[in-house]
Amino acid sequence: MELDPLILSRIQFAFVVSFHAIFPVFTIGLASFIAVLESLAFKTRNPIWEKLSAFWTKVFAVVFGMGVVSGIVMSFQFGTNWSNFAQASANYLGPILSYEVVTAFFLEAAFLGVLLFGRDKVPAGVHLFAAIMVATGTFISSFWILSANSWMQTPAGTELRDGVFYVTSWSEAIFNPSFPYRFLHMALASFLTGGFVVAGVSAWYLLKGREVEANRKALSMCLWLLLIIAPAQAVVGDFHGLNTLEHQPMKVAAMEGNWETSRNVPLLLFAIPDQENQTNRFEIAIPSLASFILTHEWDGEVPGLNEVAVEEQPPVAIVFWSFRIMVGLGMLMILFAVTGLVLRSGGRYWRTGWYLQGLRFMSIAPFFAVLTGWFVTEVGRAPWLVQGMMTQAQSVTPSLTGGMALFTLIGYIVVYGLVFSAGVYYLMRVLYVGLEDRHDEDEHEAERPARPLSATHVPFEYGDDTPNKPANQGGH
Amino acid sequence: MELFDLPLIWAFIIGFGIIMYVLMDGFDLGVGILFPFAPSEGDRDTMMNSVAPVWDGNETWLVLGGAGLLAAFPMVYSIFLPALYIGVFLLLAGLIFRGVAFEFRFKARTSRYLWNWAFAGGSTVAAFAQGAVVGAYIQGFETADGVYVGGALDWLTPFTVLTGLGMLAGYSLLGSTWLIMKTEGRLQEWAYKVTLPLLAAVLVVFGIISVWTPFVDDLVRERWFSNLSVIWVLPVLTLLCAFQIFRSVRNRFEGMPFVATMGLFIFTYLGLIVSRWPYVVPPEYTLWDAASAYESQLFLLLGLLFVIPIVLVYTAWTYWVFRGKVRAGEGYH
Ligand code: HDD
Ligand code: HEM
Ligand code: HEM
Repeated sequence: MELDPLILSRIQFAFVVSFHAIFPVFTIGLASFIAVLESLAFKTRNPIWEKLSAFWTKVFAVVFGMGVVSGIVMSFQFGTNWSNFAQASANYLGPILSYEVVTAFFLEAAFLGVLLFGRDKVPAGVHLFAAIMVATGTFISSFWILSANSWMQTPAGTELRDGVFYVTSWSEAIFNPSFPYRFLHMALASFLTGGFVVAGVSAWYLLKGREVEANRKALSMCLWLLLIIAPAQAVVGDFHGLNTLEHQPMKVAAMEGNWETSRNVPLLLFAIPDQENQTNRFEIAIPSLASFILTHEWDGEVPGLNEVAVEEQPPVAIVFWSFRIMVGLGMLMILFAVTGLVLRSGGRYWRTGWYLQGLRFMSIAPFFAVLTGWFVTEVGRAPWLVQGMMTQAQSVTPSLTGGMALFTLIGYIVVYGLVFSAGVYYLMRVLYVGLEDRHDEDEHEAERPARPLSATHVPFEYGDDTPNKPANQGGH
Repeated sequence: MELFDLPLIWAFIIGFGIIMYVLMDGFDLGVGILFPFAPSEGDRDTMMNSVAPVWDGNETWLVLGGAGLLAAFPMVYSIFLPALYIGVFLLLAGLIFRGVAFEFRFKARTSRYLWNWAFAGGSTVAAFAQGAVVGAYIQGFETADGVYVGGALDWLTPFTVLTGLGMLAGYSLLGSTWLIMKTEGRLQEWAYKVTLPLLAAVLVVFGIISVWTPFVDDLVRERWFSNLSVIWVLPVLTLLCAFQIFRSVRNRFEGMPFVATMGLFIFTYLGLIVSRWPYVVPPEYTLWDAASAYESQLFLLLGLLFVIPIVLVYTAWTYWVFRGKVRAGEGYH
C-alpha cells in the first residue's frame, strides 16, 4: 500500500498539536491562580496562601515543562510537514508567531526561573511580580497564537497573489472576524481547566482529611470562579457558533449534522452521520430547535452540507460528535458549579462526600472539552487549511515521502508516550505528597549543607524528591 | 523603492539571534553532554542546578530563530526544515528529553539514573544535530523553484558528521568553562581538568573542518584564497581566544575561560558567515531572494526595536538574580 504523506502529516499534526494543547490550557489557568495566591500571601501574610502557592507551583512546573517542550516541536511543524503553507502564509504568520516569541515566551521563561527558584533570592514583592508576569505571558501567548489560528479560519486583511498571502491591513488580519470569540472562549476554557483541576484535587484531599483548612479555601475560591465562568462559557460559545455560521457555514452544518439546507431544522441529540449516503441514521431530535438557536426563529433557514460538493465537506461524524461532547461537558460543568452554590448554605460543600467525589472526576472533563472543541474547529475547516483559499493538499511539503512522515509520526508517538506517562507519574507523586510540610521526616539532609530554616520556605527548600507518604494515604 | 535594505537588517537580527542561541543554550547543552562524566551524583545535582533557572529562556532563542526565519526569510524556513526533516526530528526529540529531565529527575528516586541518561542523551543528540545543520548549510541544498527537491538523508554526509562532532566538542567546552565559573571545590577542579582536553578536541575538529570546507564549495575557496584579505583576521582572533582559554585555565582564572570560549565561538561563527555571504540557501539563493514581503519585515522590525532591548534587560536581570556560585543542595525546589 502506498503511504500518503498528506494523511500521515495530518495525523501527525493533529497528534502533536492535541498533545501540546493539553498543557497550555492548564498552565494558563493555573498561572493566574498562582498569581492570585501569591498576592493573597503578600497582602495577608497568612502562611496558608504561601503553602497553597508553593504546592501548586510545583504542579505548575511539571506541566509547564511539558508545555514548553511540546510547543517547541509545534513551531517547527509548519516547516517540516507543511512547507508550502509556511511559504505561502509567512508574510502574516511569521511576524505573528515572532511577536509571540518576543512578547510572551521570553517573558514566561525568564520570570518562571525566578518564580520557581528565586523565592530566597528576591524580595517577596519581586517574587509576586514574577508570578504575575508568568501569568501575563501565558495570556499574551494565547492572544497571538489564537490570532494566527483564527486567521486561518476566517482570513481577513490579506490578499492572495501568485500563491502567496500579502498583508493589506494588519489590524484587520490580527483582529479577524472569529478572533474575539475564539480568544474569549479559549480564555474561559483555560480558567475552567485550572478551576476544575484545583477543585478536583482539593476535593480529593478533603475526602482524605488532609490539610483541611487550606484545601477548603482553595475549593471555595474555585467554586466561586466556576459559578461565573461556566455559564459564561456557554454564552460565549453560542456567540462563537453564530459567528461561525456567518463565516464557515459548512462547519456549522457538520456540527448540526444537517445535510440539506432547510427550515425548521431539528436539534439532534443523537445520530450517526452517514457521509456516504449523505444522511443520518438513528436520529433523536428536538423539532426546530437548531433553527431557533442559530437564527433565533423557529422556521429560520439553516444551511446544509448539500451546498458544497461532497469532496468539499468536512468529515461530518467527527465534527458532529466532538461538538456534542464539548457542549455536554460544558453543561455538566454548569451543573457542578450551581450545585456548589446550593451546597454553600451551611458550608456543606466541603463535607458532602458524593459532591467531592464528583468533583474529583470532573477534573479531567475540561481537557476533553478542550480537545473536542479544537477537533470541531480544525476538522470542521477541512478540506481547507486557510478557509476558502488554500487546501490541506496544497499545503503539504512537496519533498515529503510517506516513509519519512510515518517515521516521524511513530517517533513522536513513542517520545510523547514516554514523556507523558512519566509526566503523569511524577504529577501523581506530587499530588500524593500534597501540601503538608514534613521537614523533620527522613530527608537526606546529611548530604546537604545546613542552611537557615524558615517555616515559610519549607516547600521550596525541601525538595519533594524524598516523598514519604503519610499514613492515611491510599494505594499508590 | 524601499527606504531601507530590510533583508540586510534582518540578516543581522537573525544572525544575532542565532549566536545568542548558540552561546546561551550552548553552555547548558554542554553541561548536559558532560553530565555522565561528573565525579559524583551530588555534583550532577549541582551541575543541573547551575542551569535549571535559565535553560528555558536560553532555548527560547531557538524558537525565535525558527519564528524569525519564517517571518523574514520564509524560503530558508521552508527549505531547511524539509531538507533536514529527519535531523530536525532528532533535534526536537533530544530537546524534549532533556527539557523534561529537569523537572522529572528531581522528582525521581529509583528512576533517577534514567533521567540522567535522558538529560545527557538528549543534550548530546541535540548538539550533534545542530552541528550537522551547520554542515548541511555549508554543503548547500538541492532546490528547484525555491522548493527543496532532494532526498530525506541528503544532508547526512561525512562532512556533516564531522561538523556534528565539532559542535559536540564546542558545546562541551562552553559547558566546562561555565562550570568553572559557577561552581567550586571538587566539581570546579574537575571542570578545570577536562577543559584543556576539550579545547584540544575543539581545535582539532575545527581545524579539519576549516581545511575541508573550501573543498566542499568553490565560492568558499575563492573567498578565502583568491587574495589574502582582511577576513583572515577572524581565524587569527579565534586562535588568540584559544590561547587565552589555555592561559586562563593554567592560571586558575574563574570567569575568563568562559568569556574566551564565547569569543572563540563568535569568531568561528563570523568566519562561517563570511564564507557563505550573502547566500542563505546555498548554492543558489541570496538573502534578498529568500526575503518575505517588505511590509511584513517592516511590521515586525518596528516591534522588535522596542521589545528586544526589554527582553535583554530582564534576561540579564535573571542571570543577575542567580549570580554567584551554585552550592550543593541549594536552589532546587
Ligand atoms: C491558547 C493557548 C495556546 C495555543 C493554542 C498554543 N500554544 Fe503554544 N504555548 C502556550 C499557549 C498556546 C503557552 C501557555 O504560552 C505555553 C504553554 C507552556 C509554556 O511554556 O507556554 C506554550 C508554549 C509554547 C512554546 C514553547 C515556548 C517556550 O520556549 O517557552 C512554543 C514554541 C509554542 N507554544 C508554539 C505553539 C504553536 C506553534 C502552536 C500552534 C500550532 C501553539 N503553541 C498553540
Ligand atoms: C492548540 C490547540 C489546537 C488543537 C488541539 C488543534 C487541533 C487540530 C486538529 C485535530 C487538526 C486535524 C484536522 C484534520 O486533519 O482534519 C488540526 C489541523 C491543523 N491545525 Fe490545528 N489545532 C490547534 C491549534 C492550531 C493553531 C493555533 C494553528 C496555527 C497557527 C493550527 C494550525 C493547523 C494546521 C496547519 C492544520 C493542518 C494540518 C491538518 O489538517 O492536520 N492549529 N489542528
Ligand atoms: C457549553 C456550551 C458551549 C458551546 C455552545 C460551545 C461552542 C463552541 C463552538 C461553536 C466552537 C467552534 C467554533 C469554530 O470553530 O468556529 C467551539 C470551539 C471550542 N470550544 Fe466550545 N462551546 C461550549 C463549551 C466549551 C467548554 C466547556 C470548553 C472547555 C472547557 C470549550 C472549549 C472549546 C475550545 C478549546 C474550542 C476550539 C477553539 C475555538 O474555536 O474557540 N467549549 N465551542
